[in-house]
Amino acid sequence: MLFVIPFFTMASVSLQTGNIDIGFRQTFHLAEYAQGLGQYHTPLIRSLEYATVVTIATLIVGYPVAYWIAFYAGTRKNMYLLLLLLPFFVSFVIRSLAWSFVLSDEGIVLSTLRSWHLLPAGFHILATPWAVMAGIAYNALPFTVLPLFVSLEKIDKRVVEAAGDLYADRRAVFLKVILPNTAPGIFAAFLLTFIPSAGDYVNAAILGGTSTTMIGTKIQDLFLGRTFDYPMASALSMVLMVGLLVGITAYARVLGTDSLGEYV
Amino acid sequence: MANEHLDPALIRGLTQPRLSRRDVLKYAGLGVGAISLSSVLAACGVSGAPKATGQSEKDWSAFWSSQKTHGEFNFANWPYYIDTKKGTHPTLDQFKADTDITVNYKPSVQGNASFFATLRPSLQAGQDTGWDLFVITNGAELTRLIEFGWLTPLDHTRMPNFTKYASDLVKDPVYDPGNKYTAAWQSGFTGIVVNRKYVHQDITSYGDLWNPDFKGKVGMMDDNTEIGSISLLLDGVDPVTSTPADWTKAAARLQDQKDAGLVRNYYDQSYISAIENGDTWIGLGWSGDVFQATQIGYPELEFIVPDEGIMFWTDAMMIPLGAKNPLDAMTYVDYVFQPEVAAEIADWVWYVTPVPEAQPIILNELKDPTVAKSTLVFPDAAFQAQSHGYYTYKNFDDEKLWNDTFQPIIG
Repeated sequence: MLFVIPFFTMASVSLQTGNIDIGFRQTFHLAEYAQGLGQYHTPLIRSLEYATVVTIATLIVGYPVAYWIAFYAGTRKNMYLLLLLLPFFVSFVIRSLAWSFVLSDEGIVLSTLRSWHLLPAGFHILATPWAVMAGIAYNALPFTVLPLFVSLEKIDKRVVEAAGDLYADRRAVFLKVILPNTAPGIFAAFLLTFIPSAGDYVNAAILGGTSTTMIGTKIQDLFLGRTFDYPMASALSMVLMVGLLVGITAYARVLGTDSLGEYV
Repeated sequence: MANEHLDPALIRGLTQPRLSRRDVLKYAGLGVGAISLSSVLAACGVSGAPKATGQSEKDWSAFWSSQKTHGEFNFANWPYYIDTKKGTHPTLDQFKADTDITVNYKPSVQGNASFFATLRPSLQAGQDTGWDLFVITNGAELTRLIEFGWLTPLDHTRMPNFTKYASDLVKDPVYDPGNKYTAAWQSGFTGIVVNRKYVHQDITSYGDLWNPDFKGKVGMMDDNTEIGSISLLLDGVDPVTSTPADWTKAAARLQDQKDAGLVRNYYDQSYISAIENGDTWIGLGWSGDVFQATQIGYPELEFIVPDEGIMFWTDAMMIPLGAKNPLDAMTYVDYVFQPEVAAEIADWVWYVTPVPEAQPIILNELKDPTVAKSTLVFPDAAFQAQSHGYYTYKNFDDEKLWNDTFQPIIG
């Protein structure tokens, strides 16, 4: 219910016509969709690009972390997991703001590097796509590591040993035993990273510049900005949501995971 | 739990196949889908605003003479916008002592559009918004509130202090002729702010925001009224009398500025920390913010009045329609125009006070010459002569045209 009612309300609003002055009527016109795709396809595509880069990056960074915690952390496993979750004790808006101070042009990092002549003049990090993606990746990393950790930890150690006994080298053990066994974990990590990243609107606003606007920011702006264009905002939300749903279903088919429910 | 009293429903649940969560969602989805497409959706529309609901016919003098004070009222204002001492507001305590009216003061206004969005549903339904008085900036939302008839006209017979002390800058403003609905809280200017650590040359014009020397270091605002207006000024056009043709030209220039990579970002209130940090070197700024920054550790910031002039805006107090305690609010509106009260507030918020008479009080009684002598708090005649007002939208289409012209630059 908590999902279905808002979903249909949003679908309904996206098919209304009007403005805040004369009100909105249900017209079932698809005009908002056509206009929305025409006007906002750049931030929409950009959001998907950023989310893709972020997801790949967090998987590359997160997998070894999860692997290490699952297999080598021993009795201090819980402590490492706690450390991983520690940033969540601070609101993510505050964390992004903190990054904007750390990475600012005259901030501690860049001014130090510049004084060592390691950076060309005019080099900056904020207001670039990299800053936005790094901000999202930083926020998403725990969501990548946790499902990976769960799936890695569930692997029966005897299976790994058996593979070794059958003369598989470490590379083969990883590729033929561990990696396939963690496929559901990878998929869950992908979902938990990709979806929020694609809809993120905070990092682009705080760490981004003039050409890093993401679709989430646009939607928020249309809802609460001065135009109050509810139909357009709803239409864009629908496009994003349905797009993600279709993409993910296709991806799930390819990966063929049916034990997904255990992770999400 | 006693075994012999097992709930039959529980047994049924334990012995019969249960619906999985997924099944429930599936059925629920189908059910809601079936109903909603026919009836629910049709009722989902948001109705429009009533067109000036008999404002003119209503006898407001009879309304006001029938009102009584209730001993309290609810006041929404912007954050950090009133004198504050250890968590209390001395002028509000004084008001309570003088009038026996308690002010429930809440810094709830974070943005004009977002605050308006919270008011709209109640006002549209003809209900009390919960506020008796609030402060928003002159602009699209204020114009819309007036146009829709969603404000209670002020009772001018109860405004002796306003009549006597309010500055000419805020009397009879373009956005509210005759101060029928609003009275100024504080005002401010939009001009250029520079960080003198990085910018050493003379800055005399908004054209300097297009100087390639500052590539990637120019901070613009994410408010399309602000950037649109200064680009109009650069063309020598007064925003108040500007035409859509002027807007197109002004927007093209702003787009060039963005395309050339000059603009670091389009900032909200965070522009001030960006220029304090050196992320931006030059940009648009609000006078009070810059003055505050210079006083709290960033003396390198400077507010500049360019040759083209500065934009003058006013945050105004108004009483929404259907307010529960209009007379209490009305009493307060006039109260703050007493020079002593205005001086206390101005000496804390450092924006342009609507009461010029507050100046000698700040200088002699509050002993704060920095504020009293600042043209950013007490603009002199030369300053006033250079200030411009904003364009007032004629109707929604007009406003939409402005937004459609300038908003794509920011987005």
